Amino acid sequence: MAPSYDNLPVDEDYDDEEIDFSDLHEQYEVRMEEGLDAFVVIDGLPVVPEDSRQKLVKFLLRKLNTVGKASESGVFMPLNDQAMTEGFAFVEFGSAEQAAAAVKALHGTPLDKRHTIAVNKLTDIDRYGREGRIDEEYQPPHIEDFHEKEHLRSWLGDYDARDQIVMYRGEKVGVFWNEKEDAPEPVVDRDHWTDFFVQWSPAGTYLTSLHAQGVQLWGGKSWSRQKRFGHPGVNLVDFSPNEKYITTWSHRPIQIDENHPAPGLSLEEDGKNYIIWDLATGKPLRSFVTLDVPNASVDEQGNPVKKKMQWPTFKWSADDKYVARMTQGQSISVYELPRMNLLDKTSIKIEGVMDFEWAPATPHRADIKAYEQLFCYWTPELGSNPAKVGLMSIPSKEIVRTRNLFNVSDAKLHWQSDAAYVCVKVDRHSKSKKSLATNLEIFRVREKGVPVEVVDSLKDTVINFAWEPKGDRFVLITAGEIPAGAPVPPKTAVSFFCPEKAKGNVVGNFKHIRTIDKKNSNAIYWSPKGRFVVVATLQSQQSYDLDFWDLDFEGEKDEKDKDLTANLMLMATAEHYGVTDIEWDPTGRYVATVASFFRHQMENGYHLYDFKGTLLREEHIERFKQWLWRPRPPTLLSKEEQKKIRKNLREYSKVFEEQDQIKRDAGNRQVVEARRRLLEEWRAWRAHVIELLREEGAEDAVPLPEKGEGEALDDEKEAEEVEEIVEEIVEETEEVVA
Amino acid sequence: MRPVLLSGHERALTQVKYNPDGDIIFSVSKDHVVCAWYSGNGERLGTYHGHVGALWSVDVDPTSTLLATGGADNTMRLWEVKTGKLLKTWEFATSIKRVEFSPDGRLLLGVTEKRSGHLGTIVVYEIDPEKGEDQSDEQYLRILCEESKATVAGFSYLAKYIIAGHEDGSVTQYDAKTGEEYKNVQVHEPDMMVTDLQWAPDRTYFITASKDKTAKLVSAFDLEILKSYSTDTPLNSAAITPVKDYVILGGGQAAMDVTTTSARQGKFEARFYHKIFMEEIGRVRGHFGPLNYVAVHPKGEGYCSGGEDGYVRVHHFDKAYFDFKYEVEREQANL
Repeated sequence: MAPSYDNLPVDEDYDDEEIDFSDLHEQYEVRMEEGLDAFVVIDGLPVVPEDSRQKLVKFLLRKLNTVGKASESGVFMPLNDQAMTEGFAFVEFGSAEQAAAAVKALHGTPLDKRHTIAVNKLTDIDRYGREGRIDEEYQPPHIEDFHEKEHLRSWLGDYDARDQIVMYRGEKVGVFWNEKEDAPEPVVDRDHWTDFFVQWSPAGTYLTSLHAQGVQLWGGKSWSRQKRFGHPGVNLVDFSPNEKYITTWSHRPIQIDENHPAPGLSLEEDGKNYIIWDLATGKPLRSFVTLDVPNASVDEQGNPVKKKMQWPTFKWSADDKYVARMTQGQSISVYELPRMNLLDKTSIKIEGVMDFEWAPATPHRADIKAYEQLFCYWTPELGSNPAKVGLMSIPSKEIVRTRNLFNVSDAKLHWQSDAAYVCVKVDRHSKSKKSLATNLEIFRVREKGVPVEVVDSLKDTVINFAWEPKGDRFVLITAGEIPAGAPVPPKTAVSFFCPEKAKGNVVGNFKHIRTIDKKNSNAIYWSPKGRFVVVATLQSQQSYDLDFWDLDFEGEKDEKDKDLTANLMLMATAEHYGVTDIEWDPTGRYVATVASFFRHQMENGYHLYDFKGTLLREEHIERFKQWLWRPRPPTLLSKEEQKKIRKNLREYSKVFEEQDQIKRDAGNRQVVEARRRLLEEWRAWRAHVIELLREEGAEDAVPLPEKGEGEALDDEKEAEEVEEIVEEIVEETEEVVA
Repeated sequence: MRPVLLSGHERALTQVKYNPDGDIIFSVSKDHVVCAWYSGNGERLGTYHGHVGALWSVDVDPTSTLLATGGADNTMRLWEVKTGKLLKTWEFATSIKRVEFSPDGRLLLGVTEKRSGHLGTIVVYEIDPEKGEDQSDEQYLRILCEESKATVAGFSYLAKYIIAGHEDGSVTQYDAKTGEEYKNVQVHEPDMMVTDLQWAPDRTYFITASKDKTAKLVSAFDLEILKSYSTDTPLNSAAITPVKDYVILGGGQAAMDVTTTSARQGKFEARFYHKIFMEEIGRVRGHFGPLNYVAVHPKGEGYCSGGEDGYVRVHHFDKAYFDFKYEVEREQANL
């Protein structure tokens, strides 16, 4: 029976006075002293006689008024029996906010050489200084017992070396094993695992989920929560390359209510947009505000052009030791980890700097003993100075190489994955500023003196460029002039480049292999292992092409290509309606193409191809949002071991093919068995039905006995067409024609 | 083979039917007109005029002499096929959603719509093909659908049962003589309307289509669900093919949403599934609106579909259709 007013148990005789509420009082104590929030207590002042007190107050006020407003009458410096000050003072500020700002800014700052002041809020002194609030005796903190954690890389031990995928569809996030043609095998599937999207950490250790309250990392065999980073309203997240640190960003500055701070955050983070966290401890290292980009550019109507935010803003060096941010047009600030202090306590001034990129690997430069990190930057033309591209070594801040460029309207920096080259794609305008052309300036970072090679000037603008990972070839896409107001995007051309064959252990000059005209392609996706590349048309309304290219085709080589280190071949062309994203698996064996609900609502789902462009599987899933392969950490095998495997590849592949065949046969057998069972069940049911009908004496009444079950149509030949014309006289009239 | 396109209707098709010989197709549409066509070449044989509202349903008796129609003008009408003469009009308080003859042609069933003050009903009249215009006004049977209105209904083998599909996704088995309800089974998702119910040739089992994107093969004896076919779009119609063990499903995005989407996304395709293995075999494109009805040639030589786009498409199956066999079927055939 549900309790109602009538049958509530009658109060047994309690006397309110007898109950000890003190614990509750303490817990829910209402802070009455709101009016005292504007007061601070300053300790550590010099002890002075009464007549110099006025001077000290004036001196002190000058300091206090840098952060808030306090008047002379608001400072109370009591005297003791000897008419000396006590070394402390009470100060009233104009408002509670000013008092808080004073505590934040002035606490622990030196007043002069001998005195350092301590600034505390009066309410804090009251709260913590009261007797009994703080234990006199030191209590060692309780240290949790050690629990062994799950192995975070257990997925790499899969017997069949399958790769994992995370799929986000509808409100569900699931991790699956890739099963090629067959339905992916689920590992874990959870509702509402993330609020916005999911992301893998760079080596695949953690799965990141984003929530209104912050970021969570998941991993291990049981997919338990590994870490949590409270960042209210977080929008984006970025990892350092070796998963040591994590950056979170929200477009909204963090607001810290000092009485109820979000877990893990302190006043330090108030008003900040970025937080850089130590991933192992889960503690914030340092926080930053978003810099306003000096945005002078306006469009034709005179409205300010909204610039796309660059992400990541804080860029990591390859070894996780440095993180840098650019203040556009002025400087680059490099922070050293793990302390997050500014390198040499100052930003690197680079006048006009537009963009910079770290080398994605530690560059192995010739004639250098200790390899340092390197970043590349560029500056536009300033006054009579030409535009410049530079390479700077960190931490020595030595400028390794610069190159002057003229008539530059824009530049893009593309590092090759081993940091062997950096290609600067320079968009140049003619003197009249009308037509555009593109130059590729390739810095050969590993060679002595960092020589620069200029690849022929391309007439059209290059809209996309991509280096072969771990290789030295590249693909670029150019687009013709766009007639103003044209309804269709211009046709594009795809060009392939590779180095010439050269004697000795050097890389020859870059040469053009081939250009494919009249395409719509706009995206380049290299296999992470190189050699294969998918050139695709993404987010277009008309075409959805996917071209699968091989740059080392094992077949007849064209005579004119004999000096080139590539043999180009189009292996396959596919089409995926509404494709928005393309993802290579980390081993370079499979390509997934996705039509994501994030972009449109048409035929959401995925296709899975092998590297040759053979369609293995396609699936339409309503509200399909993301498909992400789980990245793999770098291999632990040495160069020699890898070479050995490559040499014996045929032996291995024989074993694998056998395994595949066995699996396929087993699968087929199962399917066939299931079908045979279904067919037998159906026949049995039909026989039963006919029996039933016979019992009811109905078999004659059945208009047409069901043929079916594979009987051929036999009366087909007998069918004959009879055409009969029936004429009927509807009405007959007779008229006499005069 | 190229389909024959029957373009005589001015508005969306609601039902298409072959006569038992399969040489004539009857079609009804929201444009108030009933059309008869030669199924072989698509030539129009004639039209039947008289209805003053959208037509919802048509059926022809086993001898191809009588034609029954029902529509939104609250009438059910009986026509002479050969002459187009209106023989009889039965008037009701609400529109007629479905008409169907019994297997012997002696009974005619009508499903009436539910409206404020009127429950949905299933009414049955006795038909005497000899009597021509002089048909009975007296209802042979009247079944009130109190729980959820019936949307589709039909006679089982021997006219033993009346089976009805309901708005709430359930299917009911009634005694066709007394109207007694034997069984009610929630075949489809709750509150997902049953949009079609078509019989196997011997009327011992039937297929239902529903807005829940599935079609189900159900036994007429005990309403056991024998097979289930799931698709990615709301279904309007489902048919069982004789000769080959297939089912044909038709549907597409709801008619009211069609203008906002492309034909590609609307999924306006006839889908073929294997009846026993429940696997999709193929699709036929062509309509640019949802398919409102699919009907199969009684001898399994072809099928036709009526679309929201106002066209009837008549397809004749080619050799590949008859030759297609799963390996297990082949090995059974060779035994």
